[in-house]
Amino acid sequence: MHTSWVERLTDLAIIGFLWAFRIAVVLVVVVGSLLTIASGKYDLDTWVSLLWRGLTLGTVYSLLALGYTMVYGILRLINFAHGDIFMAGAFGGYFVATGLAAIGFLNLNPLTSLLSVLMMMAGAVIVSVSLALLVERIAYRPLRYAPRLVPLISAIGASFVLEYAFRGFFGPGTYVYPPVDILNGSVPIEFMRIKWVDLLIIVSAVGMMGGLFWYVQRTKMGTAIRAVSEDKAAAALMGIDVNRAIVTTFAIGAAMAGAAGVLWGLYFHQVYFFTGFIPGIKAFTAAVLGGIGNIPGALIGGLFLGGVESVGPTLFLDGLNVPSPNQLKDVIAFTLLVLVLVFRPSGILGERISGQRA
Amino acid sequence: MMTGTSIPWRGTLRTGLIGAVVTVFLSLVGIVDVFDARPLIAGAISLGQTALVLALLGIGYMAARSVEASRVQVVLAAAGAGLIAGGALTLLILLGAVIDIRAVFLHASPKLYGTLTLGLGLGGSWIPAALGAAIAIVGGLGSRLPVAARRPLTTALVALLLTGLFAGILRGAMLTTSLADLARLLFAPLGLTLLGAVVVVVVVAGGRELLTYTRLRDRVRALPPLRRRLVTWPAWAVVALVVLVLPQTLGSFVALVIATVALYVLMGLGLNITLGLAGLLDLGFVAFFAVGAYTVGLLTSTSEFGIADWPFWAAIPFAVIFAMLFGAILGLPILSIRGDYLAIATLGFGEIVRLLAGSDLLKAFLGGPQGIIHIPKPIEAPAGDFLYGPNQIYYIALVCAALIGFVAWRLRGSRLGRAWLSIREDEDVAEALGVNLVQTKLLAYMLGAAFAGLGGGIFSALIGSIFASSIQLFVSINVVAIVVVGGMGSIPGAVLGAVFLIGVPELFREFSEYRYLLYGFALIAMMLYRPQGIMPAKFAEREVHLDTTALTGGPVMGRPRSP
Repeated sequence: MHTSWVERLTDLAIIGFLWAFRIAVVLVVVVGSLLTIASGKYDLDTWVSLLWRGLTLGTVYSLLALGYTMVYGILRLINFAHGDIFMAGAFGGYFVATGLAAIGFLNLNPLTSLLSVLMMMAGAVIVSVSLALLVERIAYRPLRYAPRLVPLISAIGASFVLEYAFRGFFGPGTYVYPPVDILNGSVPIEFMRIKWVDLLIIVSAVGMMGGLFWYVQRTKMGTAIRAVSEDKAAAALMGIDVNRAIVTTFAIGAAMAGAAGVLWGLYFHQVYFFTGFIPGIKAFTAAVLGGIGNIPGALIGGLFLGGVESVGPTLFLDGLNVPSPNQLKDVIAFTLLVLVLVFRPSGILGERISGQRA
Repeated sequence: MMTGTSIPWRGTLRTGLIGAVVTVFLSLVGIVDVFDARPLIAGAISLGQTALVLALLGIGYMAARSVEASRVQVVLAAAGAGLIAGGALTLLILLGAVIDIRAVFLHASPKLYGTLTLGLGLGGSWIPAALGAAIAIVGGLGSRLPVAARRPLTTALVALLLTGLFAGILRGAMLTTSLADLARLLFAPLGLTLLGAVVVVVVVAGGRELLTYTRLRDRVRALPPLRRRLVTWPAWAVVALVVLVLPQTLGSFVALVIATVALYVLMGLGLNITLGLAGLLDLGFVAFFAVGAYTVGLLTSTSEFGIADWPFWAAIPFAVIFAMLFGAILGLPILSIRGDYLAIATLGFGEIVRLLAGSDLLKAFLGGPQGIIHIPKPIEAPAGDFLYGPNQIYYIALVCAALIGFVAWRLRGSRLGRAWLSIREDEDVAEALGVNLVQTKLLAYMLGAAFAGLGGGIFSALIGSIFASSIQLFVSINVVAIVVVGGMGSIPGAVLGAVFLIGVPELFREFSEYRYLLYGFALIAMMLYRPQGIMPAKFAEREVHLDTTALTGGPVMGRPRSP
């Protein structure tokens, strides 16, 4: 097909449109921020607490994003069911917590509370990992060499099965996490109000991510995982058990998701069968934002997304007189997703994934 | 057995454990006790029990397939697997007597235990295990029947299920005619009567045998083209007639359901172009649906949000055009990105539109959660008229669906259609052959969007209002499921997919919470066993090289990525 002037014109229109799109987004962000700051409606404390909230949320997104990023790195599959694995973990943690609350262990003293949280995480991890392995075995493994759309649709199916199986098991209602008293107290420091639960989330998330980084970089299995995500065939030729590496990847991702589910439950105090959907998409956004396949990228992407989502509505939209800007926090997150996919699909830290390799 | 006896037993144990997971899952997820309210054969078996029976039959069949040996071994293997699968339910009942499982699993109630033990309670806890073994043996022996016997039996079983499911509707339709007495004989108010079940099995199995015996299909195929038309055209005419009079005979509730089905056929055909032909997985279909629905709502509504007070017919072209423009605006930035990223980006768009529609930001225009009400019907028809209420929507949707089907059919063979197919197969090769990727994709995307907008516009007229809560991710998922299950790129597939995925669940509103569970399983199963769909398009079979025959155990599709 020779390039006719119609095609050239359309190409120009596309490029022009993309630029207009960029400029519009930048304008909204800059003008909105300037107007909001100029209005002086919010003092420094508000901004700091919003940012802190974003940081806390962001670390949870990061934990979830790790699962997406590792599975995508190794299989080039968007594990659509990952958000629901997270939800399953939150449910697992909930039932452990209610059990412990019933026998009075949960709030006996700070030590037992801490132990309880650990037990909740253990329960959540068991639930999440077993479900993720089941999903991998049934819905993904037979499709490993299928065209890409096929496992993606299968993953969407798996996501629905998990959501509605949980709805069947536990009903459509919302389950309220039993309160852990010490976590709701404030950390005794002067300049800002930090709850213990925030600290718990950040410390445990960062700890887990550090552990993961060590595991992937330093252990034999971690090396195998990295090798498999580089080139499955070559890794197999080097004597690596590809299947085991893939299953381990799923298990690690699910363990992180399960723990994240408990942290989410401790922070928002509630869980229902659809809890995993929105955080799942956002964590995927975070993974793409940081550069999919890139482990430190997931951390950075999660923090960035958490920050933008928390600060964004007030900062960008309030000054533009948008009514109830907090309704639109998910719009901001999803717009960010589209923006990243369009303008920098390789993410902040990622190398460019060409169509060929992917 | 050459390899000794340990292998088949391991297979039996494995199958049995899978069966145990399945039966316990069916029980705890609530399918057994919720569906127990609806009989398949009145007084004999409920739908919940049917689900368990089918699972156990399948387990017996699988266990029997894992041993290639004498009939005794088949029976033993099937019985063993069935015993494990049913025994798991026995264990569940016993466990439930000791500890309160219900504190975690809502459905582990005395009602469930009653259903499982046929009403005997704890004393009958052995029943699931015994019945499990017995049913599995039947399934196992079924696998050893000659094909000539198995085929009519399976057909009859499927027919029994379908007529049992639709008994209420069939009965209602027949009661209004001179067949009322027959209807009372065959159908209970819910489900079949025992006599009806026997009649269905005999008629269907016999009919199937007759078809096989007379080789009717082969004979018709062997006719010269002109004579063949003489046979096939009247058959199609009968189908067309049934489709046309369907809403007139079945009462207003069913009319609403089939109008919805027709609407989804329309949208399925639209997405068929985007996903089936061009291979673009669009999870944000609902965005264009929303544009169409709100356009019609704004232009025609007589409420405060209506801005023009136009008739439906003037508004609907604008709905299509706006949806198409919106498709272009959304499509332009994202169409240069790769397939699976595209799916997520469109999902993001769908969510953005949903959130915006319900937000305070646009409340002054779109009504927020309260939505736009008082959207008039396209045609003023008094009650009782054959165009009254949902019926007219049904016909409108049918005409539009036929139109879209025609467009899709003609486009498929065109230069553009072939360009779409080539993009679906391999973008890089297509580009190397001179296909302009962005423009070709954009056209597919815009056409899909246009049809989604049409569907949305008709939807708002059907319901008479449009709320932000109608703009759901599930609209997109429904349409994707229709196309995938029916067969990507296949027109009859989209019709079949809509009937099964939209029509059947709508008729079973009381079980609607299990709808998406079944969707999920359907999507996975289709991808595993039949990625080309129930009714694959002929061109897809020819042109998409899905090597589903490579292995007997599971399908392997496409080629391994490694050389």
